[in-house]
Parts: sequence; structure tokens; C-alpha cells
Amino acid sequence: MIEANGLTKRYGDQVAVDGVDLVVPAGRILGVLGPNGAGKSTTVRMLTTMTAPDAGTGRVGGLDIVADAAAVRRIIGVTGQDASLDELLTGTQNLVLVGELAKLPRRQARSRAAELLERFELSDAAGRMVKTYSGGMRRRLDLAASLVTRPPVLFLDEPTTGLDPTSRLRMWDLIRDLVAEGTTLLLTTQYLDEADELADEITVIDRGTVIAAGTARELKSRVGGEQVEITLAGPDDGAAGAIAPLVAGTVQVLDGGRRLRAPVALRDGLVTALVRALDGAAVAVNDVEVHRPSLDDVFFALTGHDAEPAPLEEVPA
Amino acid sequence: MSTAVLDPPRAPVAAPAAPAPTRHPLREWLRDTTVLTRRNLLHVRREPAQWSDATVQPVLFTVLFVYIFGAAMVLPGGGSYKDFAIGGLVTMNLTTASMGTAVGLSSDLATGVVNRFRTLPMARSAILAGRSVADLLASLLCGSIVLATGWAIGWRPDNGLAGVAAGLGVALLFSYALSWFTACIGLMVSDPESSQAVGLVILFPVAFVSSCFVPTQGLPAVMRTIADWNPVSAVAASCRELFGNPNPAALTDSFPAQHPVFMALAWSAAILAVCAPLAAHLLRRRTVD
Repeated sequence: MIEANGLTKRYGDQVAVDGVDLVVPAGRILGVLGPNGAGKSTTVRMLTTMTAPDAGTGRVGGLDIVADAAAVRRIIGVTGQDASLDELLTGTQNLVLVGELAKLPRRQARSRAAELLERFELSDAAGRMVKTYSGGMRRRLDLAASLVTRPPVLFLDEPTTGLDPTSRLRMWDLIRDLVAEGTTLLLTTQYLDEADELADEITVIDRGTVIAAGTARELKSRVGGEQVEITLAGPDDGAAGAIAPLVAGTVQVLDGGRRLRAPVALRDGLVTALVRALDGAAVAVNDVEVHRPSLDDVFFALTGHDAEPAPLEEVPA
Repeated sequence: MSTAVLDPPRAPVAAPAAPAPTRHPLREWLRDTTVLTRRNLLHVRREPAQWSDATVQPVLFTVLFVYIFGAAMVLPGGGSYKDFAIGGLVTMNLTTASMGTAVGLSSDLATGVVNRFRTLPMARSAILAGRSVADLLASLLCGSIVLATGWAIGWRPDNGLAGVAAGLGVALLFSYALSWFTACIGLMVSDPESSQAVGLVILFPVAFVSSCFVPTQGLPAVMRTIADWNPVSAVAASCRELFGNPNPAALTDSFPAQHPVFMALAWSAAILAVCAPLAAHLLRRRTVD
């Protein structure tokens, strides 16, 4: 349903997207995961006909994103990273505007608007100008705007970035409902838990290229499951060696020897054993933390660098 | 290059057919333009600055100019300053009102609502058409308020309603053409504030070095030549002539002074011919990346 082959976009000397390939079959959800500036938004902008690729091809619903751009726009819904709403119109007026521009008859545009506002719990604010809306309300209205035409293919670019936890969970519920209706969805996110929660499969992008793809479980297994992070009172050369027999992989030494990080296979008494081993080596321990793999861990495992914003800035919408 | 291929879907979902291709491109374009015109008019109503430009400013300027300049002005060839001034005030107000197009377009581009339009199956040229039609309607309101205010303080046209309509029509056409010029400004600068500033710097001198408020006979030679050939003077003189009001320019023998309506229409056509395609080009460029 969505297909990209070698999509490439340059801005001046910078290559924002460098040969991205991906496939999303009908009715499936692909999560595109990556840090700020990885090229996620640019990829979405190419697939949604907003910007033309410099190289490579893309198809949405079998239609070419360049040659059949107008036809592609009839079958897609897009919610960008920044709400693309009209601040001076009310919630209802925004949705009716989108419906009418998408060639719905006026009456149908109105009833569809009312239906979506109800579903997205915005009925009370339907008659208020959007400039009075909160961040969470804007995102919901923006998502509603991309659903006016009941598009079979939906692109959501970082739908929850910047939202508070409650609004985020609410967005997740709304997205899950769409998925249950059979919408084909491409979702970008900076959060592993979001991709984990919503996507069937995940494509990891870093610096414009696909660096990994698979299910959340597959990606996490590449990181090695749970991790333990130990903060020492001070650097100690013997510390890594002391815990090596207890962990399930290589011990990384961080912060000039003050911090140790290693994948572990969780079992009863593991933390006790780790502390005892360090105590036995006369190493003082300040803190022990066991955590599930995060985006940072996936990135570290895949790229050898943290998922901090890459030097290349994401081109604004 | 790496590849991400997903498993077959859990449940087969038929690829939905795309809606039937456009049957009536022109009808759809007209509908897009109508929908966007209505939306832009809502903006004029809800944006206090724009609403005041169309309603308060014309009343204020008309009253101020008539009573302040009128107190000291003696027209070559005679006639009341009040009757002379209204044609100029209609022209001046509609000239500066064309700024709304620049501000409106650059606001749309700055807020990202244009990004929504770009993902919809609509004609992109309707973004410009809807803007210019809405601004034309706002100008019609603005010009009518000048005339109503003029009437209230004693302006009387000699050529009846048809003459007034013809004069207002010439001024509106000029304002419509200018709005495509300011559209180019709005599409070239990055934000609404700059487009307002740039537009004022260009349009204010053009509106003032003209016969809008004073007959050009009294101006220094260089200024007078500029004012005589200024399209704004041609529009103001057209209004006076068509309204049936005192038009001191008719007493001079420069070509534009003798053929104001022809000059006003020619200027409008020339501005449209250059700026409309340029604006379309600039919009395409702004919405490519």
C-alpha cells in the first residue's frame, strides 16, 4: 500500500534522506523510528507529495507519488508534526473546510465534521476558534482533519511529540481505533515505546538511512533485552571484570569508568549478585538500575552512538 | 541502502479504489476558490487589524482629510475640496487595502495551514484566487464606506449612480491588480510582519506622491512629473471624472491627465499581466519543499 525505493532528498549539500526503502502492506502499521533530524519527516513529506524526491521512487495505493501526485492526495490523510490548522476558524469550520476542499458535498462535510468532533471529544469546543485550543486538542483536531475523507492510507508524523502523558495515551487510543478499522498507517516517532505500542513493524532511520527493520521484539533482542546500569563511587579498573561473568554480553564502561552498562538476563537475586561481586572486588556502588531497552539502547546497539539529535537539522515543514 | 519488508497483513484488506477522477476541473476549481474565499472573509472579520482597515480606517481618513486639507485648499478651476477629495480617498484607501493580500498570504504560509491544503486534492492556484477574490470583496466594502462617509459629510457626485459605480469599478480593478503585486511581496518575505513593513514602504509613497489629496499643479516640477504619471493619480482622476466631480488634472495637457480612464485601465492590466503569473510562480516555489 505504501512503498518507497531508494527515496533521496537533498537540501543544498545536506542529504536529508539517503536511499530509504520501505514497504507497508494494506492494513498494517509501520513505525518509523529515529531521533530528531534523522529524515523521518522528509520521508513522509515525499510520500505525501509535499516535496519531490531527488532520486528514488514511491508508490501509495499503487500510484506514483510524483506522476500521480493529485490522485495520491485523494487517498491519503496526513497529520504533520506541526498542526496545520486554521487558527482563526472554529473546530467545526476547520473540518468543514477540509471536507469541502476534498470535494465532499457541503452537507456531508458538515455531518462528517460533527461526527469526528464527537468521536475526538471536541464537541464542546466545536464552536470555538482553534487559537483557544490546548496542545492536545489541536493534535486531536489535526488528526480529525486528516480523517475527514476516510482515507485508506494515513501518515502520522510524530503524532504525540510534545504532548503531556495523558494526551499521549488518548492519542494512542484514537490511533489504535483507526488501525482496528483497517487503515494502512505509517507513523513516525522518536519514542520506542510508542512504536512498540502501536506498530506491527518498525523501521529505524538514522542520518537519512534505514539502519534496521523488524518487529519491536526483534529490535530489542538485538539490544539484548534488559540492561543493568551501575553507578560507582569512583572509576575502578577491576569493576567491569568483576561483573562480566554475571551479565549476558559486553560490559560498556561509561563516564570515564564511573558507570557500567551491560545487557542481562533477569533472574532472582541478580542485583544482589552484582553488588556482591563488586563488593568482593572492593568497588563501592552508588546506584544500580535495571531497565528495559530504550530507544537510546537500540541506537547504541545499532549505531554505536546515542540517539541524541543528529547534527543535521530536520527541515521544517 | 537497506530494506524493510513487512510480513503479509494479519487480515486481508482490499485496496480501496480511489475516488473517480475529476470530471469538471473548472467547476472544481471554482468550488475550491469559493470555499477559500469564504474562509478568507471569515479571517477579515476575525482579525481586528484587517477588519479595522476595511471599516474604521476609511471613515477616519475621509473625515480627517476632508476637514484638515479642505480648510486650506483652493482648487485650480474651482469647485469644493470635499467633492474633489472623495475620488482621491477612494483611491488611496483601496491602494493601501491591497496590502491585506500580502499579509494574508504570508500568514497562511507561516502558520502551516497551507501544508494542509497541499495534501488535499484541490487546485493550488485556488489559494491565490480565493485570496484575491476575498480581498476584492473587502476592498468593495472599504470603498463603499468611503463613499457613504463622503455622502454623509456632503460629497455630491454629478453623474449619478452609474457614474459612481463606474468610478468605484475602475478603483476596484486597480486595487485587485495591486493585490497581485502585494501577493508577490507576501510570497517573497518570510513572515506577515515583514510583508506589512515592505508593503507600506512601497505603497505609501506611491499613494501620496499623486493627485489623491492635492492637485498636482502646485507640486515642484520633478514631483509633479512623477505624480502625473503615477497610476494612483490616473485612478483618482478617473474617479473624479466618472463621479462628475472637480478634476483639476483635466486642465493640464499631459497625456495621462487627458486620458485618466485609459491610463488607469492600462496600468491595471499591465500590473496584472506581470504580477499574476509571477505570484503563481512564487507560490509554486514556496510550496515545493
